[in-house]
Amino acid sequence: MNSRRQFLKISSLSAAGVIFGGGIFNAFAENLVKTNPSLFKGPFDFTRTPTYCEVCFWKCAGWVYKDENGRIKKIIGNNDDPNCNGRFCPRGTGGVGMYNDEDRLKTPLIRTEERGKQTFREATWDEAFDYIAKKLKKVKEEHGPESLALFSHGSGGKYFGKVLKGLGSNNITAPSYAQCRGPREVAFIATYGQGINSPENTDIRDTKCLVLIGSHIGENMHNGQVQEMSDAIDKGATIITVDPRFSTAASKSKFWLPIKPATDMALLLTWVNVIINEELYDKKYVEKYCYGFDQLKEHVQQYTPEWAYGVTTLKPQQIRETARAMANAAPAVIVHPGRHVTWYGDDTQRLRAVAILNALLGSWGRRGGYYNPEKAVVPHFKIPKFPKPNKSWREALGGKYKLADLALASGLCDASMPTPELGHQIKAWIVNGTNLINTLPNQAKTLKAIQELDLIAVVDTMPMEITGYADVVLPECTYLERYDSLRVSQGREPSIALRMPAVEPKYNTKPAYWMARELAKKLDLLDYFPFEKLEDEIDWELQQVGTSLEEMQRIGVKRIKREYDDLYFAKDEDIEFNTNTGKIELYSTSLADEGFEPMPVFVQHPEPQEGFYRLIYGRAPMHTFSRTANNPNLTDLMDENTVWVNPKVAKEWDLKNDQYVYLENQDGIVSDFSIKVRVTERIRFDSVYMVHGFGHTDKRMKRCFGKGASDTQLITNVMMDPIMGGTGMRGNFVTFRFDKS
Amino acid sequence: MRYAMAIDTKKCVGCSDCVVACQTENDVPIGFCRDWVVEVMDGTYPQLELEIRSERCNHCENSPCVRCCPTGASHYNEGGVVLVEKNKCIGCSACITSCPYDARFVHPEGYVDKCTFCLHRVKKGMQPACVAVCPTKCMYFGDLDNPRSEVSMILEKRKWKTLIPEAGTKPHLYFLI
Amino acid sequence: MHEEIIVSGRNNPLIDPQLHIWHWEIPLYLFLGGLAAGVLFFAALYTIRGRENDYRTAVKIAPFVAPIALVIGLIALFLDLHHKLYFWRLYTTIRLDSPMSWGAWTLMLVTPISMLWCALHIKELFPKWDWKFDIIKDVLAFFEKNKKVLAWIMLISSAVLGIYTGILFSAFNARPLWNTSILGPLFLASGLSAGSAITIWLSKDHAERKRFAQLDLIIIGIELFLIIHMFMGFLASTQVQIDAANLFLGGEYTAPFWIFVVILGMIVPAILEILELRKYKIPVVIPVVLVLFGSLMLRFIISYAGQVSRWLY
Repeated sequence: MNSRRQFLKISSLSAAGVIFGGGIFNAFAENLVKTNPSLFKGPFDFTRTPTYCEVCFWKCAGWVYKDENGRIKKIIGNNDDPNCNGRFCPRGTGGVGMYNDEDRLKTPLIRTEERGKQTFREATWDEAFDYIAKKLKKVKEEHGPESLALFSHGSGGKYFGKVLKGLGSNNITAPSYAQCRGPREVAFIATYGQGINSPENTDIRDTKCLVLIGSHIGENMHNGQVQEMSDAIDKGATIITVDPRFSTAASKSKFWLPIKPATDMALLLTWVNVIINEELYDKKYVEKYCYGFDQLKEHVQQYTPEWAYGVTTLKPQQIRETARAMANAAPAVIVHPGRHVTWYGDDTQRLRAVAILNALLGSWGRRGGYYNPEKAVVPHFKIPKFPKPNKSWREALGGKYKLADLALASGLCDASMPTPELGHQIKAWIVNGTNLINTLPNQAKTLKAIQELDLIAVVDTMPMEITGYADVVLPECTYLERYDSLRVSQGREPSIALRMPAVEPKYNTKPAYWMARELAKKLDLLDYFPFEKLEDEIDWELQQVGTSLEEMQRIGVKRIKREYDDLYFAKDEDIEFNTNTGKIELYSTSLADEGFEPMPVFVQHPEPQEGFYRLIYGRAPMHTFSRTANNPNLTDLMDENTVWVNPKVAKEWDLKNDQYVYLENQDGIVSDFSIKVRVTERIRFDSVYMVHGFGHTDKRMKRCFGKGASDTQLITNVMMDPIMGGTGMRGNFVTFRFDKS
Repeated sequence: MRYAMAIDTKKCVGCSDCVVACQTENDVPIGFCRDWVVEVMDGTYPQLELEIRSERCNHCENSPCVRCCPTGASHYNEGGVVLVEKNKCIGCSACITSCPYDARFVHPEGYVDKCTFCLHRVKKGMQPACVAVCPTKCMYFGDLDNPRSEVSMILEKRKWKTLIPEAGTKPHLYFLI
Repeated sequence: MHEEIIVSGRNNPLIDPQLHIWHWEIPLYLFLGGLAAGVLFFAALYTIRGRENDYRTAVKIAPFVAPIALVIGLIALFLDLHHKLYFWRLYTTIRLDSPMSWGAWTLMLVTPISMLWCALHIKELFPKWDWKFDIIKDVLAFFEKNKKVLAWIMLISSAVLGIYTGILFSAFNARPLWNTSILGPLFLASGLSAGSAITIWLSKDHAERKRFAQLDLIIIGIELFLIIHMFMGFLASTQVQIDAANLFLGGEYTAPFWIFVVILGMIVPAILEILELRKYKIPVVIPVVLVLFGSLMLRFIISYAGQVSRWLY
């Protein structure tokens, strides 16, 4: 829209034109073209630099293109990259908005008043590091090195991890474990002796049958998987989707099972029952590789389709039909393990059922099932050994969750509260690139833990909520403005990818490597950072694998040939699995040893009371959790979330489309902001759905402040997974409120 | 030569990557878009159907926008691609009202802007930005007059529809159903 | 349930969520254009028929409204342009397919003619007017001599202008409400009605006023007939046109259309004019203002409602 000023400008010019006539006008128009080349010139001739994306964990490699003025113009996938095959997702394409966001953190900040109040003063980097170093030393002296913790999501964690380890702590954690994929890893390790990791080793490209349980590929833009699902659709694969919501994936499915929420375990066990009793399982595979089939067979006899009907509301015929569809496709079938699986507290067991189902169908290690991923081996420069921690993160968990293979973010948060019986309290946090306020369930608890700390330093690019609680805020430059360690991801074919700066850091922002090294200087830990510049270390590493920084700057991605041809199991190959029995454990000896059920059992979970609806949350393809919520390119696509309500429910509450309501959960927590109603048949009558990552409360993020509601705020009932400490978050129920008070 | 695009509604997941890729490729200002994604859902739970379409200018063979343009700024370019020549456009908006697909808008600079099928890329042998970026590879672009082009072959093989054929515009955007 | 949504956040200004690209400028311009066309049409008509002296106001006075209306209309039209610097592009090409182009060229013709006509009759308003330059006097003398030819040109071009104001809309098949050929004659009739109203207002001559009141009654009758016809056409057509008609038959534009355009703009002034013809004393300004108001509202409502009406897909 023309502003008034613009209008005046134009009309005065045209008045001049009327006097001088058309000829002058033409000349004038051409002059306008000349003086504003950026407005009129076609998009040609760019220089490009390689990067890998930091908008989500998929880390697709691509090219950053600049225009003739050196301005970042676009980011395009690298054709040689196995993670993206030259095609970025909307968030990656819109990553340029992260760089352009004018609300970015611009300079180091030091708190002047109590935590949670936005009272900061601008500081120099030196002051900021001094402050942190002094506090870290003090906490270490007073409480021991085990009282230091690092919460991290993203590339910078590695460097701050070195600082922490150098100080003698290994309390290093990412919320992507206990709040997301942890149960999956534990379940698959318990079954196959090997986790799934990222990117998932699912061979979707060649599958004949893909089973998605609550997994909404297509709405979660896990790039490689979305691409391969599309390939599978092209090849006519059968897709079976289990979801109380008619997800995008469900709309692409041959079978959509609109299951009653929280009863997935019943369906999985019933499928196992049908596959065993109808002798649909891969007999040779099971006999050769699996342990505990007979116990399993006996165990699942109770779970008949007729029983499951009453529990899941899915018709027995539907359950049998889908089980047969899977068996028909076997072994090219994937019962997908999902990614965010911390739902009901029995998640490790549910994922065990998924793992078992895959084993019965013989899909692990088979084409169209799960391939054997490989990672490039890149040697690291030898640095001195880190001191051995007196107490590891396991101690912080108080002896619980022994099967967790990584530290629990929620556990370390809990250990930051006064816990005399533990004899161990975490007193200082470094938080890198993760907005714990919106990531950890039970916000009140997180905030309480923060108030108990002696130090909280936050590294981020955006003024996320967590920065409001920080004592020191370190503004990181975005991934487009820095080097980071090489991306070495697993895949069918190992690959390495380079990230290098396309432009100089904007404002007074710095890369995490530089920050960590400066901090290390003040803590006398410089030995762990032998290279002054990260690019020198990268170059050294690249030389070891027969390439160089110079070459990688030109190609961005290097594919490396697999060492062995073992993508799939060879025919009748003898395999030693990394489990106690050396076999795929249908009956888990490690779970039995720890006193847990060796085979999954169905447990009834609580249901919503009258007038309440189960809160189901998920992803939108154009956002990554809450971190993209203020990205100008991506808010342009979606600037708030909506609450999906079944028309029956809408009628009962007299809700109209686009009406704003507040949500209140079972514990009386009311959402900070109102959320727009979307009346749609796509959600079950006993549930509501919303996209995670909205309802931001920090005013410094102007585009997303107060837009939509935060699901995290409403997740106060956390169902802990006793096996590995996952935080089940789908046991929360909400109702509608028309005003806040 | 008749350029056309086919979009597979069975594969499109509605991620809107096409929209962002177009915006960055063509310097479309934030707040404006030359392409967009429509979701159409029909039915009653649990008997539901969903169609997802990435839409843009249909580059109609019988374009009302070209017809009604008083200055000839809207015109057919190479391969029947409908373009706006901004130095001829007076911003009268007649083309905007004439488009049954609402595919045009007024650029903040004053002229009318729309999808160009990324003709600047196509001329160099590349695909339009939206087609090239699509993670689901649900878009096909090419020359209808060439029976071996990707778009001709997919239209041969699959069932398709166009939008508002009854408006008589002969659109060049095909939706595989 | 049917749910159709744009999920990519499209929000193009003036297009979304509902087309509203044309504001007050276009309907005002269409009204003024129609008004000018009506005035000039009658002036030309009675000149050709040699009745200049019977209908002095229509031929010699009322046309002074036309250039003023046209200039204001042109300013409104110019304000509506978003790329104003380039407006001259209109006159570097003739595009027969484009109603906008037709309009631009018609105005290019009608505006000078209307000014010329006024120049010829300026002494009617300002008896002491002196052109000062001989060349002007010579030119005017030439046209004075060929006034009938000029009148013919004016008759045709003003009819084109009057019809064009309706065609501009009806050429857009993207907007079902506009996509009816009745809009052309309807807008022409409305323009003639406004033109005759202006004449009634300005005229001091009883016979002339009576004549134009009769004319206006006939035109209003035609307008009502066209409106009924238009809705019959819509209702017998496709769903999109039924939906378009329903904007006026229970939809959001029902009250403004029927109250302002039909009742206040046509029926009430018609009744008042009948009463006046039957020798009741009616202040002349009331029916005149009502007719002009109705004519203006017709343009506004058709313009706004038309932008709301759309195809389904």
